Parts: sequence; C-alpha cells; structure tokens
Amino acid sequence: MGDTALEAQIDRWRDYVRRHRAVAPDDVDEMTDHLRERIDDLRGAGLDDEEAFLVAVKRLGRLDAVSREFAREHSERLWKQLVLMPDDGTTGARTPWRDLGVLLALAVGAGTAVKLAAAGLDEETFVRNAAFLVLPFLAAYFVWKRRPPLRPVAVVAGSAAVACALVNLYPFAPGGSTGLLAAAHAPVVLWALVGVVYAGGRWRSPDRRMDFVRFTGELTIYFVLLALGGGVLLGLTAGLLSLVNVDLEPVLEDWILPFCVPGAFLVAAWLVEAKQEVVENIAPVLTRVFTPLTTVMLAVSFVVLATAGGLTTVDRELLILLDAVLVLVLALLLYSISARDPLARPGLFDGLQLTLVVAALAVDALALTAMLTRIAEFGASPNKVAALGLNLLLLVHLVRTGWLLPGFCRRRRGFAALEGWQTSYLPVYAVWAACVVVAFGPLFGFA
Amino acid sequence: MHIDKDLVAASATPLVLGILADGESYGYAIAKQVTDLSDGQMEWTDGMLYPLLHRLERHGLIEASWGRSPAGRRRKHYALTAAGRAELAERRSQWEVVAATLGRAWQSLAAPSGPAAISPRPAGGTA
Repeated sequence: MGDTALEAQIDRWRDYVRRHRAVAPDDVDEMTDHLRERIDDLRGAGLDDEEAFLVAVKRLGRLDAVSREFAREHSERLWKQLVLMPDDGTTGARTPWRDLGVLLALAVGAGTAVKLAAAGLDEETFVRNAAFLVLPFLAAYFVWKRRPPLRPVAVVAGSAAVACALVNLYPFAPGGSTGLLAAAHAPVVLWALVGVVYAGGRWRSPDRRMDFVRFTGELTIYFVLLALGGGVLLGLTAGLLSLVNVDLEPVLEDWILPFCVPGAFLVAAWLVEAKQEVVENIAPVLTRVFTPLTTVMLAVSFVVLATAGGLTTVDRELLILLDAVLVLVLALLLYSISARDPLARPGLFDGLQLTLVVAALAVDALALTAMLTRIAEFGASPNKVAALGLNLLLLVHLVRTGWLLPGFCRRRRGFAALEGWQTSYLPVYAVWAACVVVAFGPLFGFA
Repeated sequence: MHIDKDLVAASATPLVLGILADGESYGYAIAKQVTDLSDGQMEWTDGMLYPLLHRLERHGLIEASWGRSPAGRRRKHYALTAAGRAELAERRSQWEVVAATLGRAWQSLAAPSGPAAISPRPAGGTA
C-alpha cells in the first residue's frame, strides 16, 4: 500500500526530471538510485514514506539549477534538442517568429547587396568581395540574437572593414596570384570574426569554440540540402516552362540566384539555430560513413603518388588539390569530435579516426616533400608559400591529434584533452589567413 | 554550519578524488561519506554531485562503469584513474599550502566560536 504510493511518487519525479533537456536518461537512472538510497536511509531513521520522499527530493537540490549544471558540462546535449536554450534567462521571451522575421529581413538585405554588386562590379572584384557582401548580415543576425558587449562587436566590425579595404585597395595585378590568394583567404578571416560574434564575444571559451565548429558543420549540411532541393525545384520549373517556350534562364541569373543563394545561406544558419532535429540524427551517421571512406581515399592517393615517382614533376594543381583534401579531412575530424559524446567509451570508431589521422599524416608528408622540392627547384612563389604554410599548419594539427588519440583510445587521457587541443589550435588558421591577406601582396610585389 | 558555496565548489574535486582513492564508489555513497567525514558539517546539494562526477570523467580523472545495486537497480560506479591519482596529489599539495598558510595567519587569533572544529582522524591519507 505505502510502497505503491511511494513508487508512484518516484515515477512522477522521474518524469519531471526527464523533461530537463540537459539531463540524459542515464543520468535520471543514476539520480533515481541516489533518491531511493536516501529514502531508504531516511525511512530507516524513522521517517514515513511521504516525509522521506520529500526530504530526499529536497536534498537533491533545485532541479533547474542541477539541470543548468548538467547543461554547462554537456553543452552538446542541448544541440540535440528542437529549440536552443536561451543563453541566459533574459532572452527567453522572444518568439521564434520574430527571430525568423529578423532573419528574413537580413536575408533580403544580403540578396540586395549581392544583386547590386553583381550589377555594378566586374567579375573579379565581385568574386573577391562575395564574402563581404553576405557574412556581415549573418554577423548582424548573431549580434541581434546574442547581444554581445559593444567592444568585441566594434573590434569585429573594424577588423572586417580593414580586411575589406585591404582586399579592394591593394594594387593587385589583374589575374595575379596574390590577389587570388587574398580573395581566397579573406573569407576565412571573416568566418573567424563571425565566430567571435557567434560566441557572443566569449570567443576564448573552448566550449563556445566547439559550438561554433558544430554550427559550421551543421550549416554546411543544411546549406547543401537546401541547395540540392532548390536546384531540383528550379530544374523542374525550367523544364515545365520550356514546354511552353518560356526561358527561365535570364530571370534565374538576374534575380533568382543573387537572392536565393545568400538567402539559403542565412536560412540554413537560422535552421541550425532553431534546430530542426532531422539533421542532428544524420550528423554522427555522416561522420561514421565518411571517416572510413576518406581513409581509403587517402591510402589510395598515397600509394599512387608515392609509386608514381618524381615528385618534383607533380603537377601544381595536384598539390592544391591535395591541400583541399587535407582541409576536408580536418573538417571531418573536427566535426566528428564535436558530434561525439565526450563520455562514451573509446571504441572502434575512435580507432578508425586514428587510422584517418595517420593516413592524412602520410599524405601530408608526401605533399610537403613535393612542395619543398618544388620550392628548392623553382624558387618561392606566393602560391607555393601559401600552400606550404597551410600544409605546415595542418601537419602540426594532425601530429598533435595523432599523439593525443592513442592516449584516449587506451584510456590514458580523457576526451577533454583531445577537444581542448582542437579548440585551442583553431585561431592559428585565422591568424595565418590574415597574414596571407595582409602581407602577401606587399611581400610579393602584388604579383 | 553554513559553508560558503565557493569554498564548497573549490573543495569538491579534491574531496571526491580523495574518497575514490580509497576504492571504487558510487554517487550516494560518496555524498554520504562527505557528510560522515565532515561530521555532518558539510552538506552538499546532492544533485550537483553528478555534473561534477561527469566533468571529472570527461577529463579522464575517474572512470565510470554501470553495475547493479544489491537491490538490482542500475548503478553507476566510479573509480580513480592514474591521471586522477596524479591530479589528487597535485591538489593535495596545493591545499596543504593553503591550509598551512591560513593556520599560521590565524595563529594569534582566539579559537572560533560555534561548533567545534573537526577532530583529525586517522583516515587513509585522504585529508
């Protein structure tokens, strides 16, 4: 009789705890065990069921506070939820519709900026400025959403303006490689600045950095999905219209693409923030599918390149391609680390990841040898120095990761060491990209 | 006695590591041992123990495994790792410096009023 009433109370308590998003089912079991032990002890001390239950629940503390503590320790869990938890209690009142309204207004703004620039600028200048046309609107969205302190926002805006001025005012030779390099590296600098705003100014926090990595990965996936869907839809529409002899292409080039591509990018960012659950379940699957596939691809490239002989004759384009492959590997690695449950035991997948890192290191060593021999033979050029620099950065990143991973697999180290290395190394890439934008032009005579 | 929450937070990690140095344990037993060791003067908010245990686990200082309680309920057991043992030694030497410094600074003061200080006990090196 008394026992069933107590059981019902414990069940109700469990249901209530389960509603806290940061508390996983395992944690509920763990805390229920605690609650039952405490109740047993209290009953042993002479309290009746009702009193024992009340005292035991009270001693566990306010669940909101406990749940917040769990959220602080497991920020990745909040990513699994439909709606992101507000950063602090004050921003909770805003409705998602207002959020979407602001976002759509910014998307139209970005579209208009792209449209005007496409109409008014020559193609090379337009490509060089593409990131400066879209990303400020994304940054504005995060300023609106996170309300960071004024100082970091001012620094971010100032740095972006300086980068924009340099890219446009440096006397780059038309079609020269330093101009191209600046155009390719400026988006990286801008993306890092977006990260500062994304973190609400708290860019030093490793957790916020990891959140930004997660955001970047999810944004890419959403954007690709939207682009694929949009492409299919446009193709079908164009096909239908062509049946009645209406040509969609001029409208497509003049209006649809300039507005839809930046629009899709911003909407993708909003979706990641608002968290529609579909992709969350796909992210770990994607990393698990592509980690072994990428390892095989790296191993094949390594064998083919190593046995082809004569690395000095290796095509310049191949080296650029290799750099792209390594960047992709690193993105995959970062994304899998950000999607992993830090408390899960090291398992098969971590072993696979180690294989991936080793394969990437082998290919990187090969690429480095080829680059150094080319530089020794033909002298340094802006392209080669930029590629070499990026390769060295990747090498350091991979070597340290490859050093930490076995320790984690053999449980000598916690997952935190691995995460910490990734987040603390990230700014190095932004600094390097800034160096390329700022210094390469003057260093190589704007060739 | 009410103990300042910053002080509780600062001492929680070395305390949990110290308790686990005596052997594997689980949440409720750890909380109870804290009460016992402090003669009931340190009362934790029990719920806060779990996020802390998870943090220590993520940093590789302790290791968790699921087992069963004698009554057959699921129970998560925690054990100290080698890294945890090293961390404990480090924390302990820090606390000893702090305690010794406080002791010397307060030497000339009268003994505190209120509940008596906890008498030292011959525990297994887990001060």
